[in-house]
Amino acid sequence: MLMRFMQRLFSLIVTLIVASILIFCVIEVLPGDPAAFMLGMNAEPEAVAALRAQMGLDAGLVARYFTWIGGWLTGDFGTSYTYRVPVAELIADRVWVSLPLALYALGLSTVIAFPIGIVAAMRRGRAADYGIMGATQLGIAIPNFWFAMFLVVIFAINLRWVQAGGFPGWHDPVAAIRALTLPAISLALPQASILARIMRSALIDTLDEDYVRTARAKGLSRSGVVRAHALRNAMIPVLTIIGLQFSFLLAGAIIIENVFYLPGLGRLLFQAINQRDLIVVESTVMLLVMAVVVVTFLVDLAYAIVDPRLRR
Amino acid sequence: MRARNLILGGTLSGAFALVALLSFVWTPHDVGAISIPDRMLRPSADHWLGTDQLGRDIFSMLMVGARTSLAVALASVGIGMGLGVPLGLTAAARRGGLLDDVIMRGNDLIFAFPSILIAILITALTGPSVWNAILAIGIFNIPVFARLSRGAALSLWSREYIMAARVAGKGAARISAEHILPNIANLLIVQGTIQFSVGILVEAALSYVGLGAQPPLPSWGRMLADAQTLISLAPHMALFPGLAIVLSVLGLNLMGDGLRDAFDPKLSRGRAQ
Repeated sequence: MLMRFMQRLFSLIVTLIVASILIFCVIEVLPGDPAAFMLGMNAEPEAVAALRAQMGLDAGLVARYFTWIGGWLTGDFGTSYTYRVPVAELIADRVWVSLPLALYALGLSTVIAFPIGIVAAMRRGRAADYGIMGATQLGIAIPNFWFAMFLVVIFAINLRWVQAGGFPGWHDPVAAIRALTLPAISLALPQASILARIMRSALIDTLDEDYVRTARAKGLSRSGVVRAHALRNAMIPVLTIIGLQFSFLLAGAIIIENVFYLPGLGRLLFQAINQRDLIVVESTVMLLVMAVVVVTFLVDLAYAIVDPRLRR
Repeated sequence: MRARNLILGGTLSGAFALVALLSFVWTPHDVGAISIPDRMLRPSADHWLGTDQLGRDIFSMLMVGARTSLAVALASVGIGMGLGVPLGLTAAARRGGLLDDVIMRGNDLIFAFPSILIAILITALTGPSVWNAILAIGIFNIPVFARLSRGAALSLWSREYIMAARVAGKGAARISAEHILPNIANLLIVQGTIQFSVGILVEAALSYVGLGAQPPLPSWGRMLADAQTLISLAPHMALFPGLAIVLSVLGLNLMGDGLRDAFDPKLSRGRAQ
């Protein structure tokens, strides 16, 4: 168990280092002179020189890379060129929109997908199964940002249950959760569809196992078998997908935030790109990649909890 | 039931391919024709699906947009297969070796970058364009095909007929090309169909946020972006491009499922995506 943990931790760190080098190269090496690139074609030479000094561009590439990474370790991501505030502050504000949104959507997707997938598996080949499978097929095909637009029309414009967009901040938690509800529902729709299908096929696979037949022969009811044996064994593929989904949800949140004008990391990234604020782009992308890698790592550890065979 | 998926999916996908091809020679109206007095018209005999905020015919725009969607998805599946499959086959041929390890770790690394982040990084450098979308989705597809072909090839390497080929003195590259690739082609076609549909969805999303197809190139995603602010005035502007996406993605997914069942009835139970 410890060996496995150390191995995984090592590969997590290597992945993060290589990813950071990649991002650094794209942002600071490929544009040639990032300062000139950020200021555009008609920039005054003095302005470029000032920005070069602020970004520390006169140092060598390797030294700059280590300054950036060193900054990461101490929570100093540099200063945004356009906002004139520390990037760490910008990101910290926006994480509190994007992260709760992704978690909210993940929770919704799980809560919807589990019962649906279980019902479909237990009624395999019957009308309920076909109905659920058809609905999930549709759920996968619907672009979530398009679904989001119609949610806004129905629930914000016509029924006026919620605001069409924007975010009131967490000082009013009820209003904050209301503001995140439509975005979370639209993010969760395709994910719940995928998860329900995985749940169904994983459960069907385990329901075919010998130990399930044995348990049935011993007089356990169908739902008793599912609760006591099949579900736990079906959890491995389901957990894998839930882990993968977190990164899809973060990525999807970048798009959905634009539908609802939510001030999250996605909006920050788009504004930064439009203003060529590479300093913000660099650290925000790194943060998102880190989130994906760390979640994959945690899911890997979670297998060991679900499946004792992997604890060795 | 099984054949029904294939027929329905194949028909839908075929219809979209036909419409995209047809748009090269005929559209009901000129796609670029702006006519402000005719803006935001509801569907009618003249404009089958109505007009947009500039009075352009939505049906014609959807036809040309199908071209963009299909071209982007096709090109990115091409990139993913073209690079991913050789990588996967190489990794399988050198299973357990250093090269295998390097290729698979590289795959893990790409998996850490959701396609939207790749698109954002490329856009930060070069500005938005439809090529960014192709590249971003293509890169995202590489590990998908590499993992699939490695896994499938691994199970084949222990078979007798591969053994026989090795005894006959064939090298790993030749065995991979002559014996393994044809045997995993079915799997690749099924995954290719699914990645094609994913490509259409991601292209639409990228174009919607302005990272994909740029004006004047018509694209379903951009049509939705235009429609968003006008959605209470002209809901048809948002409805039809979205339906086009749903139907084409649905068609491809059904076709993928149908093909999988046709190739291997044993695997017909559910799709792991």
